[in-house]
Amino acid sequence: MATTMEATFRRKETLEAAVIRFAGDSGDGMQITGSQFTNTSALFGNDLATFPDFPAEIRAPAGTLPGVSGFQVHFGASDVHTPGDVVDALIAMNPAALKVNVADLKKNGILIVNTDNFKEQDLKKAQLTVSPLDDHSLDGYRLFPVELTRLTRAALKDLGLDAKSMDRCKNFFALGMCYWLYNRSMEPTYRWLEDKFKDGKAKLAEANKLAMKAGYAYCEATEQFQVSYEIPPAKLTPGLYRNISGNTALAIGFVAASQRSGLRLFQGSYPITPASDVLHELSMFKSFGVTTFQAEDEIAAVCAAIGAAYAGQLAITTTSGPGMALKMEAIGLAVMTELPLVICDIQRGGPSTGLPTKTEQADLFQAIFGRNSEAPLPVIAASTPGDCFWVAFEACRIALKHMVPVIVLTDGYLANGAEPWRVPDVADLPAIDVKFRTDPTGFFPYERDPVTLGRPWAIPGTPGLEHRIGGIEKQERTGNVNYEPINHERMVKIRAEKVARIADEIPDVVPAGDPDGEVLIVGWGSTYGSITAALRGLRARGRRVGHVHLRHLNPLPKNLGEVLRRYRKVVVPEMNLGQLLMVLRAKYLVDAIGLNKVQGKPFRQDEIEQKVEEVLA
Amino acid sequence: MNATAPVYTRKDFQTDQEVRWCPGCGDYAILAAVQSVFPELGIPKEKFVVVSGIGCSSRFPYYMNTYGFHSIHGRAPAIATGIKLANPELEVWVATGDGDGLSIGGNHTIHMLRRNVGLKVMLFNNRIYGLTKGQYSPTSEVGKKAKSTPYGSVDRPFQPLSVALGAEAGFVARGIDVMQPHLKGVLRRAAAHRGTAFMEILQNCNIFNDGAWDSVVEKEVRDDRLLALEHGKPLVFGKNKDKGIRLNGLSLEVVTLGEGGVSEADLLVHDEKNPNPAYAFLLSRMETEPGFPTPIGVLRAVDDAPRYEDQVADQISAIQAKKGKGDLAQLLRTGDIWEVK
Repeated sequence: MATTMEATFRRKETLEAAVIRFAGDSGDGMQITGSQFTNTSALFGNDLATFPDFPAEIRAPAGTLPGVSGFQVHFGASDVHTPGDVVDALIAMNPAALKVNVADLKKNGILIVNTDNFKEQDLKKAQLTVSPLDDHSLDGYRLFPVELTRLTRAALKDLGLDAKSMDRCKNFFALGMCYWLYNRSMEPTYRWLEDKFKDGKAKLAEANKLAMKAGYAYCEATEQFQVSYEIPPAKLTPGLYRNISGNTALAIGFVAASQRSGLRLFQGSYPITPASDVLHELSMFKSFGVTTFQAEDEIAAVCAAIGAAYAGQLAITTTSGPGMALKMEAIGLAVMTELPLVICDIQRGGPSTGLPTKTEQADLFQAIFGRNSEAPLPVIAASTPGDCFWVAFEACRIALKHMVPVIVLTDGYLANGAEPWRVPDVADLPAIDVKFRTDPTGFFPYERDPVTLGRPWAIPGTPGLEHRIGGIEKQERTGNVNYEPINHERMVKIRAEKVARIADEIPDVVPAGDPDGEVLIVGWGSTYGSITAALRGLRARGRRVGHVHLRHLNPLPKNLGEVLRRYRKVVVPEMNLGQLLMVLRAKYLVDAIGLNKVQGKPFRQDEIEQKVEEVLA
Repeated sequence: MNATAPVYTRKDFQTDQEVRWCPGCGDYAILAAVQSVFPELGIPKEKFVVVSGIGCSSRFPYYMNTYGFHSIHGRAPAIATGIKLANPELEVWVATGDGDGLSIGGNHTIHMLRRNVGLKVMLFNNRIYGLTKGQYSPTSEVGKKAKSTPYGSVDRPFQPLSVALGAEAGFVARGIDVMQPHLKGVLRRAAAHRGTAFMEILQNCNIFNDGAWDSVVEKEVRDDRLLALEHGKPLVFGKNKDKGIRLNGLSLEVVTLGEGGVSEADLLVHDEKNPNPAYAFLLSRMETEPGFPTPIGVLRAVDDAPRYEDQVADQISAIQAKKGKGDLAQLLRTGDIWEVK
């Protein structure tokens, strides 16, 4: 029977959602493959969440277990909050990728394997003695063995490329297969390739296109694939959407705050994973007058930002945990000199170098308490990739209004993960009102606004306001050096009160789900998606459960204590050993229960559901 | 100085704050010199910012009636860089010390110089940690007996000006606290330099390292131990102006005029504009050899490198000229966009 005829007998199934994971060597281009599939699905109108997971080494030894790089995308016809607990389709480019990832593939799931990479030496690198393709260990899955390398080379044979260049296209062969499998258009990826390989590299664009088409055609032609899937577009809130990662959202959030405050943006930064992309992004925005300063070290990065803030710019510094530790003395200086500054900690696994490319949220204590002496400052956290935009904007607003350094916490999962993001209208972004002090009459550098307790921003260059600031304790109001005991205590209390008063403008928390009942789940940061999904699952089973997700971690919303007491139990899932938990227990004397995971991976939905069930039992 | 330039006196640059250096400290003299030079510069007072780190020298901003920022240990160059980038019009001076600028802040010092930020840097060198009450510093001589080295220090010191030259400094000069007219001259030259102007100011700490520079600055020995550099003049020193410096291969040597047929024509002629930093480097460390004088004045003044803050601003302007000013609405809609109805 002709294959074309046979194709007409094939079935198309409609699914509510699907999870696919591309896994291969860190040189196999899995991140690009995953991003392309994500982008295409976003444009198609699916809601989605992604989980890129890659090693810290740029090119770990090829084919080995530590070198495996993965990209998971969960796309659906309704709200998608997590990258998915289990995988529906796994694309494994070599034995190591198969070995590391197959446990997450659901029973009877689709497993596409590049059989050209299953020679003896490949198996050895993955520390396998017998090929999983031969030992029946994969019997529970729908295995599709494909000679990906050979087929890619065959498709590209007329282009005159060397073998290495041809082999670099095999990820697009796999991508083409997935596009067929999930009935996606190849157009968006064509456009991306044309844009990426312009300027004399058109041949590479052509090669990748050919490989992708060949993969698509392979599925169409071969008898192996009897079913393909459709996931209809999601019913999202109307508006314009784009697919966005947390680091990009953070960067444009700062540009937006700069535009809406009328202040030039200054970023001091030092390269560090996973924060460097914020520097890369902002360095492209020179047309917005953005100054990006790649400093000699983390300390210089924050200090230059403090200098820029002192001189009247909207100053930020971006880093990850180890860089935060280095910046802390300078952040204390910003607390003492009461200058507006935003410090972003894109958290990663620690301590020390820890797990540079993996996610964690164990810097909460560092953010709230990490400085010498009494040095309180506002701390806010983003909950989704798109939320990074709003958190950046909010941090700038607080810093400028209250004359205070603000710490923003995101993490590696938000930074590199992506979701469809509804693009705001510029008119919907509130203007940020900034007033520099210019009047010398009655000027004192530490005179305070009666409401916020912020001090005047009197920038160098303003006639008649010459004054000195610094890290030494100040006399109240005059700002002169002062060592008197009572003055010091008063200043410590004023600085604390200034931060505490920010709570006056933080909205009350309103729990999602049930407004009172058996269990309240309290989260912060990137656990938002997993908790939201778990909440839905629990309530579908009749559990009376609420969810509060804290954006403001210091000061906390004013009604939080009251909300906590509306539920019989409080569960706090965190990717640390219980940091928010300790804050809540200390502040509200509530017997909250922690759910703690520090594996460099986000929570699965079922882990949270299980914990809540356990607490209820 | 232009016609509209404000007229100031030294008093305009003094604050009402009680100066809290120890009586007899060399810092008083440096403060006096700066307060007398600033009024001459024709720069509105509000344009001056004095930035410092931590240490005795770093109290400097509190006593200058300008904008001032007393920051944290070693970080003044980084903070000053941020200020300069934010507003290149400001006249930013950094006050630092041998510990602040060369030990804890050494990294910032070299990178400030490498970038050629338009800052004037006064490094007060008293070869000791004063504010922490007397530990040896990175410029203390080997064998220094101090609080933390009761048996003598064993590590080699820096030559501050050699460090600066190694970090691509275009302007390096040396002054001395007790030689006021000369010091003011150095300050004026630094003020006129556009790129980073790095000054080492030899300063006496009369409490923890009294007499650190006596062997070169005491009135009786000064003429024989100091060599005041002047551009275009031969390197001559000595009470009787009879000694000079001659180049021998890649080294310097001290010669006596009239001895062995040596005449002034054989001596090195000071060229602060020499594009090759090797010349200034030789000068910057010649006193480490026995018998050589300590050169003071401007060792190097090459101002052809662009300033960092100008380059940064120019790049932004060029991109804005080419692409137009950024449009936020457009930025928000970057990339593939789709509409949900």
